[in-house]
This record gives sequence, structure tokens and C-alpha cells, in this order.
Amino acid sequence: MDYRISDQLPGTGMPGDRPGDRVPGPRSEDALPASTTSAVKVVIVGGFGVGKTTLVGSVSEIRPLTTEETMTQAGVGVDDIAGVERKTETTVAMDFGRISINEQLVLYLFGTPGQERFWFLWNGLFEGALGALVLIDTRRLEVSFDVVGRLEDRGVPFVVVVNAFPEAPVHPMEDLRTALDLPESVPMVDCDARDRGSCRDALLTLMRYLHTLTTAPANAIPEPQ
Amino acid sequence: MSGAEEEGWDEGAPERLYVVTGGRSRAGTESVRLDLVTLIVSRDVPQPGMPPEQTALLRMCHYPLSVAEISAYLVLPVSTVAVLLTDLLADGRMEARAPIPAAALPDAELLKAVMHGLQNL
Ligand SMILES: Nc1nc2c(ncn2[C@@H]2O[C@H](COP(=O)(O)OP(=O)(O)OP(=O)(O)O)[C@@H](O)[C@H]2O)c(=O)[nH]1
Ligand SMILES: [Mg+2]
Repeated sequence: MDYRISDQLPGTGMPGDRPGDRVPGPRSEDALPASTTSAVKVVIVGGFGVGKTTLVGSVSEIRPLTTEETMTQAGVGVDDIAGVERKTETTVAMDFGRISINEQLVLYLFGTPGQERFWFLWNGLFEGALGALVLIDTRRLEVSFDVVGRLEDRGVPFVVVVNAFPEAPVHPMEDLRTALDLPESVPMVDCDARDRGSCRDALLTLMRYLHTLTTAPANAIPEPQ
Repeated sequence: MSGAEEEGWDEGAPERLYVVTGGRSRAGTESVRLDLVTLIVSRDVPQPGMPPEQTALLRMCHYPLSVAEISAYLVLPVSTVAVLLTDLLADGRMEARAPIPAAALPDAELLKAVMHGLQNL
């Protein structure tokens, strides 16, 4: 995968890239200040190949990292003829990156696939998340449709980010809004996931939207269920 | 995943893996609720004879690191990391800094701080 290291610090000659006595952990320049007391997170969700990893890499101050989770799921009833509990093991990788907000606060961005079969990841992920960016590719709206519905059900505030692929058909935002059945209040923005400024603006759109939600209780999103 | 199995759950059912969302990492042990972005900081240095995973954890968390980052650097699932952290947290060798709870909606001041931080990107 071709990550963009977006905040390349000048070579410090500091230890951390010594292959020999390598202790697992961040390079010294990637360490958070000791004063960091708390973290918040935002989830980037979208279908296959929509640009999640690219977006995380564009704004992250560290090279995006990957965490894997394995989940043993009880097989779903259909082929349980003998009542034997079937279990399937699924491993899913999530890319994530980090943005230090100030000396106390750090923001983590997690990219997660939008397809329904990965929704089991969402419990731990969305719990406590500020909100989500739903990345959509206009060539494949179906996944986005399910994601949007699911986030609405869970009461997760989100904005829709239309990733501009050159070969993708260009739709007026209002047509997309109708196709996704989005309320007027949900912001929609264009974005090039490869461009740091563009991704930052998408995140800012989310924060402003959250801010309007907190300050205007009339628009309050439904309580999570 | 290698390395941790012998430590964590020879006596445990696979359900034990789901500590991150379950908020409990080992039967009978009260534990801190760990989120992907709970920050972990060492409060002690590795002791001789400690299992290698604990040594690695204490070393790498000299500065705060999120559970997700630990998982990535150790190449272990988050659930495994949570199990490994339990004893260290219980012993006070490590400290967990809980994420800011975004109740139903995050706090306006928090959002302003994040916006400010993003604008400086
Ligand atoms: N033109 C254009 N290409 C993009 C954009 N975002 C991503 N790409 C390209 O699209 C491809 C897929 O991007 P990824 O970031 O890997 O997408 P992803 O959502 O992480 O994909 P999966 O994790 O495989 O589901 C890469 O080759 C990117 O370079 C964009 O905004 N514009
Ligand atoms: Mg990806």
C-alpha cells in the first residue's frame, strides 16, 4: 500500500529506526507528549476502495497503523440443522491515524469497511466516537446507502464525503442527497482523499456540524438505541 | 497471533477475547474499561523475569499510547492487548487515561478545541 507520510519530520538522527535493538513502539518523534490526558475518535467509513486509507494517511501525523481484530461469531441459524453451534472466525484490519490537537488532547481517525459483514466491528469503534465521515464513491452507492441507514439507527452523527474519482460520474449533490435519502441537515462535501487540506476540511465540516447539533437542541439527533 | 495465547486464555473461553467491548478482561478481575483510544502510560520499569509481553508494554508506553497503537506495534488483536494490560493496570504499573466520553453529543468546548487543532494542520 502506498501511504503518504504527510507530516514528515526532518531526520533527527534520533534512535528509533535502529534495526538491531528495536523495541516495538513508535519512533521517538511519534511519541505523544506526556501531558496528553485524553483522546477522541472519528470513524471513516465507506465501501471497498473508496479511499479510507488514503484519507487517514493524508491527515495523520504518524504513518497510518493497522490494528486487527478477530471475532468469533456464532454461525447464523440457517444451516444449523443439528442445533450445533457453528462458529466462524473473521479477521478484519482497521487502518488508523492520529492528529494531536493540543498538549492534552489527541484525535484518532479509524477507517473501517462499510459492508454489512463488517458491522460487528462497530460496537467498540463507534462507542464514544465524536462522529463519522461516510466516504462515498458515486460509482457504488449501494454500500453507502446501508451505512447511512445503519448510522442513523445508531444515532451516530455523520457527514457525507464524496470522494472525487476522475472516472466517476459527476452527480449534483442534491441528486446524491435524494438517492441516499439524506435529511437536509446532514452536510455533504466533496473531497480528494489524497489532498491533506481537502481531508482536513471534511473533518472540519464534521466538527462544525457536531457543534451545531450541540448548540441547537431542536436538531438533536435521535438517541442511540 | 503468536506469543500471547499461552499467557491469556488457556483457561478461558474464546468469549474472553471481547474484552474491549465487554469491559472486563478476565473472569473475577475488576478491570478498567478499555477503548481503542484509551491512552496507556507506564508507571514503572520492566522487572527481571517479567513475561516479554509485559516488558514490551512497559517499554513502549513510556509516553502515552492508545490501545490501538499498542495493538498495531505488537501486531496483536486489540482484545489480546487488553488482556495483557489487565494485570499491569491492576498492579498500578501502568495507568489508563480514559477517552473523553462523548455522551449523546460531544461538548461544544471540546469541538472548538478540535476545530482549532485541525485548522493548524
Ligand atoms: N482520484 C482519486 N483517487 C483516490 C482518491 N482516494 C483514493 N484514491 C485511490 O483509490 C485507491 C483506493 O484507495 P484506498 O485509500 O486504498 O481505499 P480504501 O477505502 O482504504 O480501500 P479498502 O481498504 O481496500 O477498502 C488508491 O489507489 C487511491 O490512490 C481520491 O480522492 N481521488
Ligand atoms: Mg483501506
